[in-house]
Amino acid sequence: MTPIGANTVLVVAAALFVLGLAAALTRKNIIFILIAVEVMLNASGLAFVAAGAKWHQPDGQVMFLFILAMAAAEISVGLALVLQIYHQHKTLDVEDLKELSD
Amino acid sequence: MLGYIPALPFFGFLVLSLGGRFLPRKAVAIIGAGTVVLAALLTMVFGIRWLNDPPVQGAYQQLLWNWFTIGDLSVAVRLRVDALTLVFVFIITFVGALIHIYSTAYMKHDRDYARFFACMNLFVGAMLLLVMADNLVLLYLGWEGVGLCSYLLIGFWYETPANCNAANKAFLVTRIGDTAMLIGLFLLYQKLGTFDIQSILLRSPRQFVAGAHDITLIALLLLAGGMGKSAQIPLQTWLPDAMAGPSPVSALIHAATMVTAGVYLIARMHVLFLLSPQTMAVTALIGGITLFAGGCSAMVQTDIKRVLAYSTISQIGYMFLALGLGAWGAAIFHFFTHAFFKALLFLAAGAVIESLHHEQDIFRMGGLRKRLPLVFYSFVAGAAALAALPFISAGFYSKDPILWYAYSARGGNVLLYLLSLAGAGLTAFYSTRLVLVVFGGVERTPVFEKPARAMNLPLVILAVLAVTVGFIEWPHNLLRLDLFSGFLEGVLPAPVLKGGLPSEGLFQFIAAAVTLLGIYAGYVLYRGRKEVLQKWQRSASIRAVRLFFLSGWGFDILYRTLFVRPFLFVSGIGKPDWLDWLNKGIARVSLALSSLLSVSQNGSLRWYIAGVLIGVLFIITLQLVL
Repeated sequence: MTPIGANTVLVVAAALFVLGLAAALTRKNIIFILIAVEVMLNASGLAFVAAGAKWHQPDGQVMFLFILAMAAAEISVGLALVLQIYHQHKTLDVEDLKELSD
Repeated sequence: MLGYIPALPFFGFLVLSLGGRFLPRKAVAIIGAGTVVLAALLTMVFGIRWLNDPPVQGAYQQLLWNWFTIGDLSVAVRLRVDALTLVFVFIITFVGALIHIYSTAYMKHDRDYARFFACMNLFVGAMLLLVMADNLVLLYLGWEGVGLCSYLLIGFWYETPANCNAANKAFLVTRIGDTAMLIGLFLLYQKLGTFDIQSILLRSPRQFVAGAHDITLIALLLLAGGMGKSAQIPLQTWLPDAMAGPSPVSALIHAATMVTAGVYLIARMHVLFLLSPQTMAVTALIGGITLFAGGCSAMVQTDIKRVLAYSTISQIGYMFLALGLGAWGAAIFHFFTHAFFKALLFLAAGAVIESLHHEQDIFRMGGLRKRLPLVFYSFVAGAAALAALPFISAGFYSKDPILWYAYSARGGNVLLYLLSLAGAGLTAFYSTRLVLVVFGGVERTPVFEKPARAMNLPLVILAVLAVTVGFIEWPHNLLRLDLFSGFLEGVLPAPVLKGGLPSEGLFQFIAAAVTLLGIYAGYVLYRGRKEVLQKWQRSASIRAVRLFFLSGWGFDILYRTLFVRPFLFVSGIGKPDWLDWLNKGIARVSLALSSLLSVSQNGSLRWYIAGVLIGVLFIITLQLVL
């Protein structure tokens, strides 16, 4: 099996990122937006790993571990907020949650 | 030891203002009243030591610390107590202590117990600083301090807008006098180069020519300061409204002590006033007019506290009259007795108001002689002293010399004598009216609760003093006993009399007769033959005069048309000028820009994400291009 080039991986990562972004922009449900954000985070993690493999540096994998830890923290806080939002507004539709507007 | 007397109330103020809300009510009462009682005890110890062993230079001094030094002006916090100051310190601490004890019961149900005592303690401290100050800067600090406390306590029940307005009025009107006084102090400094009171008194006879323009101006400005604080015409309008405060405040600040600060100032600076005969004449005339006008207004008021307020104005008028005649000792003696009997009257009035559930209209009182006997007897003692009932009341011994000097002193004349005589008759009349209407007749409002013991004790002590305190000084033709003027001899000069006078006894007889006539008139109108009064009430002209007196000679209306309306009118004209347009333009442009940008803050999460995305893309593009 031939090794996959770093560029290919980066293209995949970029595609993943754009997919996540598109989902975050278009979805109405907060939980789906959170999932989309996860996808974007993982895309950037993949880019790091690929870059680390290309230059034979361990930094890329270290960064990925960081992102992993941060994503875990972020999603726990995010889900707690989602629970609270649902508790107070009985909805998870971002279109209806516009109280912070001017 | 001197320093502890003002330091104790200041300490009480600090504790109560910083930690008052965390302390239980009992502790607040103990700290609030205790500090002043301790100061009173200290003053008594000090006074007894003084009487046994008078100081050689006539005064005790204590340098506390250097306040500030600018160039060659150095102002120290130095206390100086001579005989005049000692009289004031005694009154402030002793009457103050009694009023504080009374307040512990009077204010029992109030929400802001600690705030009340903090302000009262601050007042006592500031007033002590005023009279004990060795230089005019420190005196002015105390002067403004008592003004501040007066403001805070008049507006003590601040939820009622009328009380706040009364507080503002008191503050603003006294400020007119204060400003004049401050200018006077600056002029004095410019001429003499010092603020030290003793060196001013020593050096001014050499520096100024008697009757010259500069000294007259300075004396007039100081007089204006005294007039503002002591509620003399034309700056008297604030005092009747100041009755919005709690009764103990009226007793302490607006009867016994603060309003006599003007008397103190003039007596303290008497050398300057002696150098300016014109100012002396003005002082006497203002005193004469004020005592008469105040008496007329007191005669027709229906609010018990306003009667007492106008009578305070009138009695301070007597003091100013005496000051203007050079009868310094008589003025201070009248202050001395007035502090006792007027504080007594206010405290008794407070007890009545409290027992009738905050009823202040005297015509809705009545029949209280049986229900509140102790308050009745103490009120009668106070009213007798106010009316200057011959021989048995303190007021007689202090007011009689003033009537005598009004004619016999070098500045005295028939006009002043007649004014003060008429004032004496009016005083006797309204005192009688007050006693008969409030305590006599039938009960109109039921008694809600009897005053507490802590309120009775000060009443009894003050009632005893209001009767007996006059015996320390007798008119010379009756008995040679002059403990009080003998005490003040070293500080204040004796009055200069005209030659070829009729006998003093004749004047005393006339004064006593007028007083008794006033009492009789009051008795006839309000007890004996009420139909006369009812007939008068139907006559339009008498009603008009009554309304005129009731409004305090129309001063409020006059000032409103003369000053307030024009000021509001001018400020209304000046409002839309181009500077305002500039200011408003800036505000309007900012508002427009803000509303433009606030479109972007629409609360839609998608917009925000898109915004972040566009921003990131923009930065990356910039990176790539540049």
